[in-house]
Amino acid sequence: MSKTIVEKIIQLHSDEEVKAGKIVWMKIDIRTARDFGGPNVVKNIEKYYPNEQLPDKQNIFFTFDTVAPAKTIPYANSQQICREFAKKNGIKVFDVDAGIGTHILMETGLARPGRTLVGTDSHFNILGAVGAFGQGMGDQDIAFAFRTGKTWFEVPETIKINLKGKFSYPTTGKDLVLYILKKIGSKGALGKCIEYYGECLKDLSFAEYITLCSMMTEMGGIVSFPEPNQNVKNFLIERTGENPEFIYADKDAKYCDEIVIDVNDLQPQIACPPKPDNVKDVEILKGLKIGSVFVGSCTNGRIEDIRDVAEILKGKKVAKEIMLRIVPATKEVYGQMLKENLVQILYDAGAIISNPGCGGCASGQIGMTGKGEVQISTSNRNFTGKQGAGKTYLASPITAAFAALKGEL
Amino acid sequence: MKKKMKIQGKIWLIIDKDKNLINDIDTDMIFHNKYLAITDIEKMGQYTFDNLEGWKDFSSKAKTGDLVIVGKNFGSGSSRQQAVDCFASLGIQAILAESFGAIYKRNAINSGLPILQIKEIDLQRFNQREEIEINLVDGSTNSKYLVIEPFSKVQKDIYQAGNLFKFGKI
Repeated sequence: MSKTIVEKIIQLHSDEEVKAGKIVWMKIDIRTARDFGGPNVVKNIEKYYPNEQLPDKQNIFFTFDTVAPAKTIPYANSQQICREFAKKNGIKVFDVDAGIGTHILMETGLARPGRTLVGTDSHFNILGAVGAFGQGMGDQDIAFAFRTGKTWFEVPETIKINLKGKFSYPTTGKDLVLYILKKIGSKGALGKCIEYYGECLKDLSFAEYITLCSMMTEMGGIVSFPEPNQNVKNFLIERTGENPEFIYADKDAKYCDEIVIDVNDLQPQIACPPKPDNVKDVEILKGLKIGSVFVGSCTNGRIEDIRDVAEILKGKKVAKEIMLRIVPATKEVYGQMLKENLVQILYDAGAIISNPGCGGCASGQIGMTGKGEVQISTSNRNFTGKQGAGKTYLASPITAAFAALKGEL
Repeated sequence: MKKKMKIQGKIWLIIDKDKNLINDIDTDMIFHNKYLAITDIEKMGQYTFDNLEGWKDFSSKAKTGDLVIVGKNFGSGSSRQQAVDCFASLGIQAILAESFGAIYKRNAINSGLPILQIKEIDLQRFNQREEIEINLVDGSTNSKYLVIEPFSKVQKDIYQAGNLFKFGKI
C-alpha cells in the first residue's frame, strides 16, 4: 500500500500494518528527557520499575537546556535528580553547558533520516528537518519509552503543502513559517503531519529548515517534513559520516488535504501578541516602538541566525535603552561565534550574550519582560505571560536586528 | 477494581466575557512554566488556570468530581504533564473539549484522566455548575444538546488499568 513519509517511518518501527488513523505500537530509537519533565521521568521509573534495567541505554540521554544553569534551588534539585539517576544507570547527560537537546541530537548525528526520537520537549518535531520522526511527549510517556523502548501512537494523516514561487533577502525561513501559520492557523495541522514541497526550499539553509520544522507545534501538528535540499544533505554527511537515506513518500500516497501557498516575493512577517498565528506584514507595524529584543531559541538560535544579526549590527550600536539578548542554541554555536569574532561584534554593538540554552522561552534563562515592555523575539511562542508580563512579537533574526538598531520596527 | 464507565458531575464552562468557550488555551495558561519545578501532584492543583484571564481563581472554586468544558485546541503548547496532573490534583473528574492539542491528549490518556472530545454542544442550553451525566463507552449524555466521542480502545484500556504503566506490557 502507498504511504506518506510518516507512515513509512512508523512502518519501519512497527510489526503492525501502519495506516493513518490506526493506533499502533512503535519502536523508539532514541529516548531523551530534559530538566523540565526529567525529574518526573525518574520518579515514574523508580515507582513503576524499581531496580529494573533500562534496555538499549546507549540510546537514552538527558539534556539540560531549559534553566541552564539552574537559577533556583528547585531547578537545581531537578537537574541533580536526573544526574544521579543517570550515573546509577550509566546514561549519558548533556549537562547545563551543552545547549538545546534537539539541536545536540542533530549536531551529533544521532538524529538522522527515518529514525524515531522522543523527548520531553514539545518542539521535538524540529527533527523533521533531518527527515526524522521527532515527538515531544509528557513524562509518563517518556518514562514508559525509557523502560520499554516503545510507545503507542495514532498514525497521523498528512497534509501536502506546495509552496509556490520564490523569495529573497531580507525574507527568511522564519517569515515563511510565520506566513504558513497565518494561512493555516493554530489548529491548521492539529494532530496531523505536513510534507512541504516547492522550489523555494532549494534556497533555504539548514538553519531555516530547523526554523520551518520547529513551528509545527504552533500549528498543532505532529511533525513536518520539508523535501530535503542539498544543505540538509551536506549537514548530514558531515555529522553522520554517511550518505543520508531519506524517506520519500510514495507517488500515490494518500493525503488528507493538499494546499498551495503562494510565497512568491514574500515580505518579512511578524506574529503579534497574544498568538503565534496572529501574523502580519512587518511593513504594517512599521514605527512600532520596542523595548527589548531576544535572538535565540530552538527556532532561531543557529550560527546562521546569529551571523544575520551580526552582519546588521557590525560597527554599529543598538538604539538607546534597547536591551538586546542573544542566546546561542548550543555550545558548538557559541564556539563558532567566538571563532568568527561574532561575540566581539555583538558585544561592541551593546548585546548581552548568554551561555547556550532555551533562552527566553523557559521561565527566563535570560530574563523576562515587564508590564508594558514590547519585545521582538525570534522564538516560537508569544502567548500572554509566556516570556514575561510584556508583549512579545515573533519575527526573524534580521527583523529583530534592524529593530534593535532603530528602537522600532 | 473496575473503573466506572458512567460519570456525573457539575460543570465548569470555561468561557470568555462574550460567553464563548475559550479556544487555544495553552499549557502556560493552564500551568505556567514558573511552577515547573513542582513535581508533587498534591501541590499542583492550586496553580491550575492561574495564567488564564478570567479564571485565575479557578483552583479555589473547583470541587472534587467537577467536569471542565473547554473550546478548541485545549492544551496546545508544551509537553508538560503538570498541565494534566493539576486537574487530577483538584479532583476534576473529566475534561471535555471541542479538540485537544496532540501531546496534551496523549498525556491525559496515559495518566488515566478521562478527556472527552465534544462532537456537538449547544452552549445556550447549559448553565454554569449544572450537573450532567456521561457514558464513556458510547459517548451518550443525559442531554441531547451535548454529544461526545466515545473512548478509543487504547484510551479505555489505559483508563481501566489506571495508567500507562499499569497497562503497558514490557
